[in-house]
Amino acid sequence: MTATVADAPVTAARPVSVGRGYRFELVKLLAQWRVRLLILACWIAPAIFVALVSQQSSLPTDTTFGRWMNATGWAGALVLLGFAGSYALPLLTSLVAGDVFASEDRLGTWRHLLVAVRSYRRIFAAKALASLTVILLLVAGLAVSGIVGGLAAVGDQPLPGLDGHLLGSGDAAGKVLLAWLCVLAPTLSLAGIGLLGSVAFGRSPMGLLLPVVVAFVLELAQMLPLPVAVRLALPSYAFIAWIGLFTSPVQVGPLLISVTVSLAWAVLATVLAYVLFLRRDFTNLSYDGSGRRALTLGALPLAGLLAVTIGIVAVSTPAMGPGIDQDKVQGSLATAFGHLYRLQTRQLNRPDVTEEQLGSTAACTKGDGLVAPEGAGNDWRCVVSWHVPGVATTGQAIYQLDVTSDGRYVADGDGPKEVNGYFQVRTPAGDQPNPLWQFDGNVDLLPTTKG
Amino acid sequence: MDITVAVRARGITKCFGDVVALDGVDLDVAQGQIHGLVGPNGAGKTTLLGLLLGLAVADEGTLEILGMPVGRALAAPEGVGGFVDGPGLYPSLTARQNLAALAALRGQAADLDDVLHQVGLTDVADDRVRGFSLGMRQRLGLAAALLTTPRLLVLDEPSNGLDPAGKKHVYGVLKRLAADGTTVIVSSHRMDDVESLCSEVTILATGRIAFSGPLSKLSAENRELDYRIRTSDPEAARTLALDAPRVRVVDDPGMRQDNEILVVRTLVPALDELVARLVRAGIAVRELAPVVSPLEAAFLALTEQEEVSR
Repeated sequence: MTATVADAPVTAARPVSVGRGYRFELVKLLAQWRVRLLILACWIAPAIFVALVSQQSSLPTDTTFGRWMNATGWAGALVLLGFAGSYALPLLTSLVAGDVFASEDRLGTWRHLLVAVRSYRRIFAAKALASLTVILLLVAGLAVSGIVGGLAAVGDQPLPGLDGHLLGSGDAAGKVLLAWLCVLAPTLSLAGIGLLGSVAFGRSPMGLLLPVVVAFVLELAQMLPLPVAVRLALPSYAFIAWIGLFTSPVQVGPLLISVTVSLAWAVLATVLAYVLFLRRDFTNLSYDGSGRRALTLGALPLAGLLAVTIGIVAVSTPAMGPGIDQDKVQGSLATAFGHLYRLQTRQLNRPDVTEEQLGSTAACTKGDGLVAPEGAGNDWRCVVSWHVPGVATTGQAIYQLDVTSDGRYVADGDGPKEVNGYFQVRTPAGDQPNPLWQFDGNVDLLPTTKG
Repeated sequence: MDITVAVRARGITKCFGDVVALDGVDLDVAQGQIHGLVGPNGAGKTTLLGLLLGLAVADEGTLEILGMPVGRALAAPEGVGGFVDGPGLYPSLTARQNLAALAALRGQAADLDDVLHQVGLTDVADDRVRGFSLGMRQRLGLAAALLTTPRLLVLDEPSNGLDPAGKKHVYGVLKRLAADGTTVIVSSHRMDDVESLCSEVTILATGRIAFSGPLSKLSAENRELDYRIRTSDPEAARTLALDAPRVRVVDDPGMRQDNEILVVRTLVPALDELVARLVRAGIAVRELAPVVSPLEAAFLALTEQEEVSR
């Protein structure tokens, strides 16, 4: 363009820095109406959802913490977290990480990008970082919006944990945020799988769908009566394991293992995506993904990682059974009952009593004693006993338990109705069902974990 | 470094599996020249342009760009810009945003308004590329390439989708660049585009060079051509042509049957003699033109020859 063009010294091309590439990728991602819509939805929709549901008389009691949504503002963000782990987060990672490479195939812009950036490695790093940023922005939106919606609609009341103990504001806020932080690990593993699918399948929609498909398969697997070692080795278990934060002591073992496994999946899937990316032939215009290479370089190493983690978990923890046995169920139920009895006592304005004074115990059978008392099922029946100071007789109440294979359970009061039947109690947040009527609990799948 | 030669390729061979895309290609392109690269589909034009942009490396042979040897992918020296297989643009961004993002990527402080003005896109600078026509995309692709202040500009079919005015505009930009010392290599299917833009041309056929050199040399090749002649008396003109030496009257396969048109196949000297005879016989010559341009005829002859020899 100027007379000096021909006279300028010739220099070797230098690749564009990762920082500039990252900004370039962010600009492209944020210019997409789909991504903008997702960001808007993640920052607004949860608040509206939580606020509306919290005002309903019929609450999502089939979701952990759902029954507390109109009692405390902290429950809404946790209900949302349970829902997000199953549906929203896999979908978000699909739409962002699963498309970040494929979109260049669709638009036919790979050659342009390569000429501009001049480094495969830096293109990959910039794209991975940009998609990670957008995913973090979306997850942060879900968390903040859910919390704000709940607190605005219901208020900052104490949150009953899964063992019935009450969490004050600071404790609840910290644990809710930590729970959202923990699910970043499985989200990152799905994002890694999304990157892998996006690189491996090119413009094929299979790449875009891969995180959703993998998440669906893992969700199905979690419903099966798998040994604990297998369950913990699945990269999606941290979507469930965060509930261990809401017991005392915290169920650290499953949480740490599942977060570690998820991060290992995230790292391996991203590395595999990188290797596939480097091996791709960008001069071939008709490239539409490589099925065989995706299998050998993508699926097989991940299957290997699964096998290795199962082995490590099995060796390091004696956890080859279902992880749910009579002692754990009895211990968990008795603890939860003790804490919730105190809550009921306060709500009914009776003299306070401590858990130690109550000394609650539980005796549980499964299948009317006809089957071994272990594993998941809705045929657990427990009798809880306790002492009230100054009263000679031992109190007893019956519960039917529906225990799921991941250790969660719903305890349903079966009498006497004065103790665990349905009736309303007056609380500062309004009339609430008797806290001993139905409540959620959680069994630690590992033998011993201390928080 | 000899940078009076912008591109020097020797024995370049590039294969994709069993397909030989380029087969021992030698090429010299002088600095400040607009060089045309023509050939039928699958001749290897895009592969060669891709090598020049550094998108791939040759399996065999040596390639020097702006005096620097290129031995690995993405290693073309600074100052090489352009596009193959259409400009890479992001439809969700506006024209200005596309250029701004690209300039920021390269860490350049570019005068976007000037570049947009050069390619005639000032009026649509803030429109999203999603709504652009092919011609507008080509212009924006050229603008993106201009951002690099290129010393070697490689453009694959830059006139695709351009209307005559747009083509004239873009060609004006390319000629100005060449005048300032930038080497421009353009591929095209159309010889008339190459004729109006390039000083030298390389014809590729099935991965081999069928011709490389000045256009004047290509058109001066001694070949019979078909000429269309419209006269005031077609019947008399036909009779004269049938009697003329070294002139054959042929049907006009490319045109609709028109009794007023006479098509003859001959060399230029015999055509001159035929015109003189027509005039002497009192027949007015109202139109005389080759059915295909001399360059296109040469192109067709060379590429067909190459196909047959394979």
